[in-house]
Amino acid sequence: MTHSFFLFSIEKLILASIVFGITLVVAMYSTLAERKFAAFFQDRLGPDRAGPFGMFQPLADGLKFFFKEEFIPAKADKFLFILGPSIAMVMSCMSGAVIPWGDRLTLFGHSVSLQIADINIGVLYIFAVVSLGVYGVILGGWASNNKFALLSAIRASSQMISYELAMGLSLIALVMTTGTLSLGSIVHQQVGFHWNVFFQPIGFLVFMICSFAETNRTPFDLPECETELVGGYHTEYSSMKLGFYLFAEYINMFVASAVMATLYFGGYQIPGISHLGLSPNLVTLLGSGFLFVKIFGFIFLFMWVRWTVPRFRYDQLMRLGWNVLLPISMINLIVTGAILVLR
Amino acid sequence: MKPLTNRSKTVSNKTMTLMERLYLPAIVKGMAITLRHFFKKKVTIRYPEETRPFSPIYRGLHVLKRDDTGAERCTACGLCAIACPAEAITMDAAERKPGEERLYREEKYASTYEINMLRCIFCGLCEEACPKEAIFLTDRILPSGTTRKSFIWGKDRLVETESNRIDISKRHFYYKDEK
Repeated sequence: MTHSFFLFSIEKLILASIVFGITLVVAMYSTLAERKFAAFFQDRLGPDRAGPFGMFQPLADGLKFFFKEEFIPAKADKFLFILGPSIAMVMSCMSGAVIPWGDRLTLFGHSVSLQIADINIGVLYIFAVVSLGVYGVILGGWASNNKFALLSAIRASSQMISYELAMGLSLIALVMTTGTLSLGSIVHQQVGFHWNVFFQPIGFLVFMICSFAETNRTPFDLPECETELVGGYHTEYSSMKLGFYLFAEYINMFVASAVMATLYFGGYQIPGISHLGLSPNLVTLLGSGFLFVKIFGFIFLFMWVRWTVPRFRYDQLMRLGWNVLLPISMINLIVTGAILVLR
Repeated sequence: MKPLTNRSKTVSNKTMTLMERLYLPAIVKGMAITLRHFFKKKVTIRYPEETRPFSPIYRGLHVLKRDDTGAERCTACGLCAIACPAEAITMDAAERKPGEERLYREEKYASTYEINMLRCIFCGLCEEACPKEAIFLTDRILPSGTTRKSFIWGKDRLVETESNRIDISKRHFYYKDEK
């Protein structure tokens, strides 16, 4: 008993470290990709000085963050000021735990699931963690004792509430069709081309728009809109605390892309791979690779939208959330329920 | 009233159609435009490695020429300083000592010759005024500096070295044609 528990812990620990490492590396290079893509969309070249194609730019950026002065405003709440970015960072890293990064891998006669924790309420877990992430923004903005940061924190929280409703309702429709809250089984159901996006296109659209809002990405990046709020909730932040906030945004983007790929685009399932007769381990690895291709596709979409669509006005944002997305997701929910009952 | 240009658009307050209010088609259209730009040829010039093509009469950093034997051409006549509209040029004249014939072309030479690059407007009047074909503006770019003093260029930086002649043939040719 203890022996198998020990092995189990080691296995999960290694898996968790790998996922954590990959998340950080992807987020790190997302910052470079963002700058590169921004440049490409604007007919420029982007950073290309640090290493070939600017490959070392994220390292240089990180190093710069560490060498900047660590500044805490005199009237700031010191504990919450430090807690804010920590929560933002930890919460964004946590959601990777339930995402199935691949099927089972057989190593040394031992079957390893490439999902850290296949808990039966995976969807709820992701929701909970993502909603907690907003506390980082709120606490940071409030603790700064700066009116711009506070306004930004208020914006972030109201935006989060408005869009989480529509997001949750679109997910309920998905859960109704799949009949499970476990991400592992949701992926298992999407063998071949039975991707959920074909059964829930409206739900996916609403979910995608809401994930843009949840990750504070353009066109919903009102909490950090420079023209009105200086720097938004991280106006008073410097050094690596600022780095954590910026980094958390990219991790959120990565996780949101992974969730979308998992829930709606079949996760690690490659359509038709079972007919090729490859070894199970190879299929698993290819599947994980395919999942990452989908994730990078979504990350590209995030950036593509950012450099195309201008920011919403605040009333437009609220109207879109409450008057458009919420009714649409409700209708989607009712229609899905009706079809399920009548079938 | 006749419009001044054909670029003006008539503005109307008509309500948007359903397709316009959907907003998504417009986003897709915009994204198609940005994607086109994604694959377009980039306009960036990677400066130190690549340089923009300059016109043959580009007026950049000055050079004080030496003649074919390696003697300085400038005789400190002061015409360039008088011609200079920005009053960027100052010089002191000195008499050539016996034995310095290899260094200076004529009996009088500039012991100091300074151009304040922060005053200079790179108009090129100094080279037009020069009767000895001693000063030229080249296609080099003035390097940046961190102090005001570093922008006052003396003879140490202005006079070309014998080993590293600055090519002004394009400009020289252009002026000869004119004269």
